Amino acid sequence: MLTAIVFLPAVGAILMALLARSDRQVRFLSLLITLSVLVLALVVWATIDLDDPNPQWVQRYQWISAFDVQYFLGVDGLSAPLLGLTGLLGVAAVLISWGIKHRTREFFFWLLILQTGITGVFVSLDLLLFFMFWEVELIPMFLLISIWGSGRREYSAMKFLLYTMLSSALMLAGMLVLYFSAGTFDMIALRDAPPSIALITAPGVFFLLLAAFAVKLPVWPFHTWLPDAHTDAPTAASVMLAGVMLKMGAYGIFRICISLFPEVARDYSDLLVTLAVVSVLYGAVMVFRQHDLKRLIAYSSISHMGFVLLGIASLGQVGMTGAAMQMFAHGTITAMLFMVAGLVYEKAHTRHIPDLGGLASRMPLLTIAFMIAGLAALGLPSMSGFVAEILIFLGSFGVYREATILAMFGLVLSAGYILWTAQRVFFGPEKPRFAAIGDVTLVEAAPLAGMIAAIMVVGIYPSFVTDFFDAGLAPIVDLLGAAGG
Amino acid sequence: MPEFASWLIFLLPLLSFVLIVGLRPFVGAEWRGAGVITIVSILAAFALALTALAATIGNDAHDLGYRPHDWLTIGPLVIRVGLVMDSLTAVMVVVVTGVSLLVQIYSTEYMRGDKGYVRYFAYMSLFTASMLGLVMASNLVFLYMFWELVGLSSYLLIGFWGQGKAAEEHPRAGDAAKKAFIVTRLGDVGFLAAIVWAYVATGTLEIAEIHAMVAAGAFAGVGVTWLALGIFAGAVGKSGQFPLHVWLPDAMEGPTPVSALIHAATMVAAGVFLVARLFPIFEASEGAMTTVAWIGGGTAIFAASMALVSNDIKRVLAYSTISQLGYMMLALGMGAVGPAIFHLVVHAFFKALLFMGAGSVHHTAHTYDMRFMGGLRRPMPWTFATMLVAGVALIGVFPLSGFWSKDSVLHAASINGLIGGAEALYWIAVLAAGLTGFYVFRMLFMTFAGEYRGGAEAEATAESGAAAGPPPRRRLHESPWIMVAPLAVLAVPVLFAGLADLPWDLFGFGAFAMTGFLTGHVETFSTSVAAVSSAAGALGIVVAYSMYVQGLLSPSVLGQRLRPLHTLLVNRYYLDHLYEGVVVRHVLIRVLGLTAEVIEGQFIERAVNGVALIGRNVGRIPVAMQNGQVQAYGAMISIGIVLILAGFWIWG
Repeated sequence: MLTAIVFLPAVGAILMALLARSDRQVRFLSLLITLSVLVLALVVWATIDLDDPNPQWVQRYQWISAFDVQYFLGVDGLSAPLLGLTGLLGVAAVLISWGIKHRTREFFFWLLILQTGITGVFVSLDLLLFFMFWEVELIPMFLLISIWGSGRREYSAMKFLLYTMLSSALMLAGMLVLYFSAGTFDMIALRDAPPSIALITAPGVFFLLLAAFAVKLPVWPFHTWLPDAHTDAPTAASVMLAGVMLKMGAYGIFRICISLFPEVARDYSDLLVTLAVVSVLYGAVMVFRQHDLKRLIAYSSISHMGFVLLGIASLGQVGMTGAAMQMFAHGTITAMLFMVAGLVYEKAHTRHIPDLGGLASRMPLLTIAFMIAGLAALGLPSMSGFVAEILIFLGSFGVYREATILAMFGLVLSAGYILWTAQRVFFGPEKPRFAAIGDVTLVEAAPLAGMIAAIMVVGIYPSFVTDFFDAGLAPIVDLLGAAGG
Repeated sequence: MPEFASWLIFLLPLLSFVLIVGLRPFVGAEWRGAGVITIVSILAAFALALTALAATIGNDAHDLGYRPHDWLTIGPLVIRVGLVMDSLTAVMVVVVTGVSLLVQIYSTEYMRGDKGYVRYFAYMSLFTASMLGLVMASNLVFLYMFWELVGLSSYLLIGFWGQGKAAEEHPRAGDAAKKAFIVTRLGDVGFLAAIVWAYVATGTLEIAEIHAMVAAGAFAGVGVTWLALGIFAGAVGKSGQFPLHVWLPDAMEGPTPVSALIHAATMVAAGVFLVARLFPIFEASEGAMTTVAWIGGGTAIFAASMALVSNDIKRVLAYSTISQLGYMMLALGMGAVGPAIFHLVVHAFFKALLFMGAGSVHHTAHTYDMRFMGGLRRPMPWTFATMLVAGVALIGVFPLSGFWSKDSVLHAASINGLIGGAEALYWIAVLAAGLTGFYVFRMLFMTFAGEYRGGAEAEATAESGAAAGPPPRRRLHESPWIMVAPLAVLAVPVLFAGLADLPWDLFGFGAFAMTGFLTGHVETFSTSVAAVSSAAGALGIVVAYSMYVQGLLSPSVLGQRLRPLHTLLVNRYYLDHLYEGVVVRHVLIRVLGLTAEVIEGQFIERAVNGVALIGRNVGRIPVAMQNGQVQAYGAMISIGIVLILAGFWIWG
């Protein structure tokens, strides 16, 4: 089952590339493939047994027996919602790319390959397999940015690649040390029987691994690839990048850094909290300096990912569940913001905010979409972002009071930049140059509607998702408890 | 009353919102049915609210005792949703649904022909639902959700005319909306921190359980003070108290019925309600009580002073609202919950009336600038009469409702020696009462007395700088009955609501029924306090009369004489300038933003490029990559992995 979810996009992509006769067929086949993946992912999610702490839907085969590398897939409460999120955004990414005219077949091919890579990361339970998927996602993303992007696309693609390559080299080194010490890449075995680390110290390995995740999340000061990559990427790539790829970083911290090194996480949580608060405030302040709509959203992502790190660093059940919720919520909210930004660009032919304005009367539906996503981003109750943030704060306040209060000011800043952006892009008097543009079409509205549904449902009845994260994180919290503290 | 019926009080307006939004694609932007749906749903909610009030009065504990429901469970944390229906909530739901009902009826005429008619009623329904949820929530997180949602509705309605064609006539609407949301959110950070702190300190988010712990002394000391101050920060933002009052005058950019309902009667009073709801926490901390009393008393006089010089009728009323909310806070700080809520209730009536009256005046004069009004008493007898009644009640003239409520507040200030400087606060409040008398009658005289000064046409002439010719004659008229009727209906409680809290029994009313119901104990009444405040109010009226009717003292000459003071007041003590010009534009965007930008460009990016350069020279890998052969690089990585693994296998 998990194999099907992971490889259906890749296999489908190859078949589609070979067999599809027209761009139209390419689009519909891609939609069909991503929809099937979404359905399968939802089935997996819905059938998870929350009382069972072990990974489920397990598929486990010896792969390279000489090195004890396994093909080991499984999901639990932590990964199942992320699997669903990836499926949802996969569909959305296809729909939002409906108008791609340039090298259409290749575009959808790489988009589907990208989905395989991301999905694989969330279900791998073997370190080497995890690493392979982690790397697989790089190539399609690099190509999507450098071929279908805008602005300084080659520069941004290269920067993204170099950043990720360098940091994942460190991750690989960390994984090899682990293997060298324990003789296995099996994450579950490593978690249950922590090896004594050979060659270097346990914190050394922790930080080698963390480096890759911190770049991905991203954590200040490892974030500068993100504004460039997000800004210059085509909409679908921004959606996947912000929606799920950043979450791979947080997921890695949960699944590998904290699960395998709970003591180290405890010892260095002060450092993590500091970086978290800096990310929140620094990202938010930087937003106010931006004039490009996509770049603005990119910096807001950095700020919001800071909340994730704050929740993680609280190292408690409530805060960590909040962090996971923030991953999920931000995945839908920011993906939606990027879709809106992409549509604005497509229709108004500019993303330069001072040139925009008064779009509300020309495109009321898109305005509503932006407002809903924006309000969710600023943590308005009844939407998913609020649930995540209040949980993070409830979890972290008892441990890091001052840091939490500082981070709360991020909420004021986010209200400021969201409303300021809405004002400058959508509200105010109409501008004559936009007199001819129209509102979103049905195909464009569909993914936006899906995101709105996800944001509102989770905001009003969060137990749909929190119950899973709660169950999935409980074993990790137990490890932290066992680590003393 | 079954719990489900109480839920309906807030679900009905919510349903109205959902229904209007759902129907919007199928109807025109000016579909009149939206108003009907809203009014019917709020009427039903009003009926249920009255039932709830009766049930609460009939209940011995004055609390219907609903149980909360689990919403979210994570490890040790349980967040519940639940309703409370006690004396405080019962009174509030009646006020909110009652005023909202009248405002919606008024709006059907006031907003007729507006391009956003349907959207308007959708927002109004959303606001009413959120406000009702706020006063009924039994849990801090649940309360906070509605607290933010009323803020959202307020934002949407202040900025109602900030888009499309309407934005050309209302260029400041968008900024005002944004300012309201952001300034109140600053206070909300304190409130949110307090909620989180309450959970960390007590392990619960249920208001009743926190109260029980505070009452039992299980949660005491400086922690309680911080908790109270955090909550109060939220209240300061929402209720426009100093120093977060700056958004409320600007909020007058919204449609006038919105100002009446949200920015006078209900939402801005939510801060007062919040302190009353969580009063046991405040009571446990002398420091918190002193802060509340001083912020309240200070705001009462501070805002009244700005009302003295404003020429915009809505802004006069806005400053007055801030000032009256200050009175309520003062009462709370003095420990007088009953008088505070009593004043909240009667203020909701007369201030909603005054705003709707201002809207009625605008309907015929097409301006809010009082310099271009005058002489409207004859063409608008109903508007004049009802506004006069409300204005007199606002000053606190015997025997109108405002007299009894304001006196109960002042009486509390005069007898309470609990906090530092109580006596000074009493005299501040008396002085503010005098200022109230002045600005209310200044407003009434400028609007209704003398000769008509030309309305919007004259304003346009004055702005264009052309020589002021004789104002063009337009037929001035009273507003349609559907706008006047809500004014007349509201005048009834403005006149007689005092009966609910007379110091003696009269026809079955009185003997502090209202404050007694709210607090469970009976107040006292002081004739001397009433005499002093009445004298202060009367003095204010006399001064206004001599300046604006008799012309004994010219306002412009007085302004010249007291130029520094006048300039200070007209510029609102320069606080807006400080916040927007200095804090936001300079400190946040210039200083912090530039610093971050320099860090980003000069340090982080340079370091990154340095690392990249090393990689380029040492590895020469980028040569391959620049040919676009990333696949090759991926393959190299894979080969590298295999080599490393082989190395481990052979030598490891």
